[in-house]
Amino acid sequence: MGLSKDQIAQRIAQELRDGWYVNLGIGIPTLVANHIPQGINVEFQSENGILGMGPFPFEGEEDADLINAGKQTITAMPGASFFSSELSFAMIRGQHVQLTVLGAMEVSDSGDIANWKIPGRMVKGMGGAMDLVASAENIIVAMQHTNRAGESKLLPECSLPLTGVQCVKKIVTDLAVLEVDPERGFVLLERAPGVTVDEIQSKTAGRLVVEDEVPEMQL
Amino acid sequence: MSTTNYISKVVPDATAALEGLEDNMTVMFGGFGLCGIPENSIAAIREKGTTGITCISNNAGVDDFGLGLLLHTRQIKKMIASYVGENDEFERQMLSGELEVELIPQGTLAERCRAAGAGVPAFYTPAGYGTEVAEGKEVRVFNGKPHILEHAFDAPFAFVKAWKGDKAGNLIFKGTARNFNPMMAMAGKITVAEVEELVEVGELDPNSIHIPGIFVQRIFQGVDYEKRIEQRTVRAKSE
Repeated sequence: MGLSKDQIAQRIAQELRDGWYVNLGIGIPTLVANHIPQGINVEFQSENGILGMGPFPFEGEEDADLINAGKQTITAMPGASFFSSELSFAMIRGQHVQLTVLGAMEVSDSGDIANWKIPGRMVKGMGGAMDLVASAENIIVAMQHTNRAGESKLLPECSLPLTGVQCVKKIVTDLAVLEVDPERGFVLLERAPGVTVDEIQSKTAGRLVVEDEVPEMQL
Repeated sequence: MSTTNYISKVVPDATAALEGLEDNMTVMFGGFGLCGIPENSIAAIREKGTTGITCISNNAGVDDFGLGLLLHTRQIKKMIASYVGENDEFERQMLSGELEVELIPQGTLAERCRAAGAGVPAFYTPAGYGTEVAEGKEVRVFNGKPHILEHAFDAPFAFVKAWKGDKAGNLIFKGTARNFNPMMAMAGKITVAEVEELVEVGELDPNSIHIPGIFVQRIFQGVDYEKRIEQRTVRAKSE
């Protein structure tokens, strides 16, 4: 049994460091905000123009002028600020945001990522993802290890149109935590509780590096 | 003739604000999703029946609201956007080839607007390097990292929406409804601003102005704002 989506978010939250500005993508990454460790102060940036994003509003307190990049109604924390899209991406390209967490359809063992287009089937657009992956110093991908057909999403090369090249640093899936070393491939850092190295190996199509004993994640 | 000490930008309504808008023009629309979109101007363009529009907008609205209204009436020829999900009619027109679509990274979209308004003809950005967005574009390496050359937009018209504005065209936005509105106001040769509250000159604090009136050619008091919410998300009171 691998991790639930919420547990993936919980594991990623352990990567947060005090004083970081963090951009969370849509889906599993959004859940990271629910698991900020004690004593850690972070501010969430949403690229449509807010720093200091808070939780969803109470029913009846929704404001059409206050949404996140997923177009969901949100609240603003004390100390929050609003700004324009160009200033928002100045923060992102200018590397003022310390961590980006986003989902992916595929990741290659050299750190390429594909998450915006399936030719002939789904063309929704890249939104801010290309700007984020091209500039962020620290990118964590949150995703399932395999797709719905059971095929590995950790590949030697991405088959879908790319969002960015050699940019992903770390991946947290339902089965494992992996670091991307563009020279060597996916370095296995941790296993999900009860998941064996053999299972991870069988579900990783790209190069997998296993060193010594691989510890279980602590959740 | 009396002197007012300011340049009035006021037009009576959305219809009057469209003067000079012709078929086959490139037009910018502010907003992110349905947040901060120029509702009155979109409705007036639909009424006017302007066709062949090349739209520059982060999104394409939903089926029955925002720019989706102009898609239904086939008034849009081409859409330049960063994200176009949540719109079935858009997808149908795109897949059938009726609608041209150019998808570009959101930060690049914003900067191409800003550059247009700031007199910067082109700039380099790392966004999209190594992807299909970079195809045919000049690549240059700065500080060991490859960047691609992107050009400023050229838009004869920009339609933006603000919370408050004065008769001189000074604008203040609210919350995340600011988004693309400021840099599109800068970029438009004719920028039309519609506001929820149009006030007399002098009523807005100059320290609080987000976009100075120099970037706005026409301003009008908007009416009947729906301000539709795309994804209503709430939490229970007990949390």
